[in-house]
Amino acid sequence: MTGRTIHVETLARVEGEGSLYIKMSGDRVSDIKLKIYEPPRFFEAFLRGRHYSEVPDITSRICGICPIAYQMSAIHAIERALDIHVDPSIRLLRRLFYCGEWIESHALHIFMLHAPDFLGYPDVIAMAADHRNLVEKALRLKKIGNALVRLLGGREIHPISATVGGFYKVPSKAELEPLTADLEWALQASQETVEWTAKLDFPNFEQDYEFVALRHADEYPLNEGTLVSNRGLNIDPAEYEDHFTELHVKHSNALHSIIRGRGSYLVGPLARFNLNFDRLPSIAQDSAKAAHLKAPVLNPFRGIVVRAVELVFACAEALRILREYEPPPAPICEIPSRAGIGQAITEAPRGILYHRYAFNDRGLILTAKIVPPTSQNQKRIEDDLREYASQLAGWPQQEATWKCEQAIRNYDPCISCATHFLKLIVDKEP
Amino acid sequence: MSSKGKSNSRRKPKIGVFKFASCDGCQLSLLDAEDELLAVVGAVDIAHFPEASSAMLKGPYDIGLVEGSITTHSDAQRIQDVRRQCKTLVTIGACATAGGIQALRNWKDVDEFIRVVYASPQFISTLKLSTPIAEHVPVDFELRGCPINKLQLVELIAATLVGRKPNIPTYSVCLECKRKGNVCIAVTRDEPCMGPVTQAGCGAICPSYDRGCYGCFGPMETANSASLANHFHYLGLPSDRAVRAFRGFNAWAWQFRKASEESQRQ
Repeated sequence: MTGRTIHVETLARVEGEGSLYIKMSGDRVSDIKLKIYEPPRFFEAFLRGRHYSEVPDITSRICGICPIAYQMSAIHAIERALDIHVDPSIRLLRRLFYCGEWIESHALHIFMLHAPDFLGYPDVIAMAADHRNLVEKALRLKKIGNALVRLLGGREIHPISATVGGFYKVPSKAELEPLTADLEWALQASQETVEWTAKLDFPNFEQDYEFVALRHADEYPLNEGTLVSNRGLNIDPAEYEDHFTELHVKHSNALHSIIRGRGSYLVGPLARFNLNFDRLPSIAQDSAKAAHLKAPVLNPFRGIVVRAVELVFACAEALRILREYEPPPAPICEIPSRAGIGQAITEAPRGILYHRYAFNDRGLILTAKIVPPTSQNQKRIEDDLREYASQLAGWPQQEATWKCEQAIRNYDPCISCATHFLKLIVDKEP
Repeated sequence: MSSKGKSNSRRKPKIGVFKFASCDGCQLSLLDAEDELLAVVGAVDIAHFPEASSAMLKGPYDIGLVEGSITTHSDAQRIQDVRRQCKTLVTIGACATAGGIQALRNWKDVDEFIRVVYASPQFISTLKLSTPIAEHVPVDFELRGCPINKLQLVELIAATLVGRKPNIPTYSVCLECKRKGNVCIAVTRDEPCMGPVTQAGCGAICPSYDRGCYGCFGPMETANSASLANHFHYLGLPSDRAVRAFRGFNAWAWQFRKASEESQRQ
C-alpha cells in the first residue's frame, strides 16, 4: 500500500475560503491541515473605540449567513455588562428572530450545501434537474425563515432592528399573524425532511466526542443557559475563557480552540441534540424517534438528520411564540450609563458563539473578544479527518477526496466567521 | 455548474462568482432570491460559484460577480487574473465597491491590529490597506450595499444578458423614505441619519424601523457629505460621533472618507 496526498484547493459549498491537505503514509495519516486562507478582517481590533450601540451592526458583518447570531451574542454580552434585564416579550421576540435564522441557515445547509453530497451532485442546481420538488421545498422553507427575519429585522442579511435593550421597532400581534400559515407548512415540511434525511446513506463512522452546548432550565437552547459538556463541564458563560483557550497555528488564519487540559471538542447541532434531547418539544422528539435517531448521535454524517430535527424545533418554537406574544410596554428598555465588562454565549446555527466586551463610562469599547463556532470545531474537523481518511485508504483518489470534503461539510463550517476554511490536498507518499 | 440537465444547444452565458475579503452575504443574496433563483440558473450557466457548487469550470466568463475587498498580496494578484477572465466585471457590495468595514484599518496601524487578534503575528500576511476592486482593475458596474439588494442583483444580471444599462437608482435614501411616508429622522431627532448622503437601494429600512440610516449603500452620486457633517455639528454631536457615522461599511469611499477626516480635525 502506497501513501497518497489528498488536496482540495478550494473547498466548495462552505461559507468562506479554505483548503484541505492530507498526507498519507500507507493507510495512516501523517499530516493534516484544514487550511483557512480567508483573509483576516480584524473585527476585534477595529471595534475598539466604537460605541457599544454600534457593536451589533458591526459584528453582524462577520457573517452573511448567521448575522443574527453575531447580533445576539453581542447584545447579550453588553446587556450583562450594563446589568440590563429585558422585558419577557423582548426575550420572546429575540427567540423568534433566532428561529428565523436557524430555519434559513439549516434549510440552506441541508438542501443546498450538504444534500448534493449524499445524492451525488456538484450542487443544488444540478440536483434541481432531477429533484425539482425537493429543491422547490427547500427554497420555500428558506424563504419562510427569511420572511420571519425580514419582518422582525427589516432585511434577511444584516438585519437592522435588534439593539441593546430590545428592538428599534417591535411588531404588533397582527403583523406577525400572517406568518402562522407559512410556518405551519414549514413545520410539516421539516418533519418530512427528517424522514427524508434519515433514509440517506451514511458511512459507518463514529467518534468519541466531547460535545459542548448551552443548556437551559426548560428550553432547547438559543440565547441563554449554562455551558455544559458530556464530560462534566458546567459553567456560566462568563467563565468560558477559564476553561477554553485558542491556539494560533501557522496553516490557518482562524484560531483553533481547545478545552484546557483535554483538547478538541464539538459544537453545533449534534452537541445541542445530544445534550438537550429532553428539552426538545415533543413534536421534534417524536420526529427524531420515528427516524430512529437516538441521543447520543456519534456519527457526524448524521448531522444532516439532526439539523432537520432542529428545523422541526425552530418551526414549532416560532409557532408557539406567535401564539403567546404580546408586544412589550416599550421597544427598548431603559439603559444606564456606566462602564462595564460582559460575556455571553448564544447558539448560532453552527454552535456556540462567545463574545466579551469591556467599555468605558462613555460606552466606548476598550476590548472585544469573539470566538466563532467554526474556529471551535476546526481542530475537531481535523481529528475526524485523521480517522476518516485512514478508513478511505483503499478508495480511488477522486472518491476519497469527495468523501473528505463531505466530512468537512458535516460541520457546516463558516470560514468567513472563523477568520474573522478549505482546499483539499491528499498527498500520496510512496 | 452542472453537466446533468443541460439540453440547450445555444450556449448560455457563463457567470463566475469570486470572493475576496468579505462576509459572504452578498453572494448569498443570489441564493436568497428564492423566487428568481431557478429562473436565473435557467438563463445562465453558473460556471464558478464555490459557495454553492463543487463544480468549478474554467474561464473565460461572460459575467464576473466580485465580492470582497483586496487585503492581501495574493488577492491583489488574483483580481488581475479574474479581470482577464471576465468579459463584464461587476463588483457586488460595500467591500468590493468601497473596501468594506475592514477598511477601518486604513486609519490604523495594521501590525498592531494583527497583534491584537493573533498570538503569532509572523503567521499573518496582510496589506496595510483594505481597498475596493476598482483601485486594482477596471470595473464595469458597481452594485452598492451592505448587503446588496437581491432584486438589484437580479436586475443587473438580466440587464447585462441583454446588453442594456441596469435600472439602479443613484438618488438618496431620502427619496425612498419620503415615498414610504416616514417621519424624517434627520430633522426631527438629535441623532445622526446618513440618509441625505446615502444612495437608495435598501428601501429606507432603518428610518422605517425608527432609527437613523447608517449608510450601508455608500455615498450617492452627488453627496454633500460636508454639509451633513456640519448638520451633525449643529445638532451638538461630539466630533467622534460624527467621525464614526461616516466610518462604517463604506468608510473608504472618498466622499465619506473626506467627511470623516474633516470631522476628525474639528
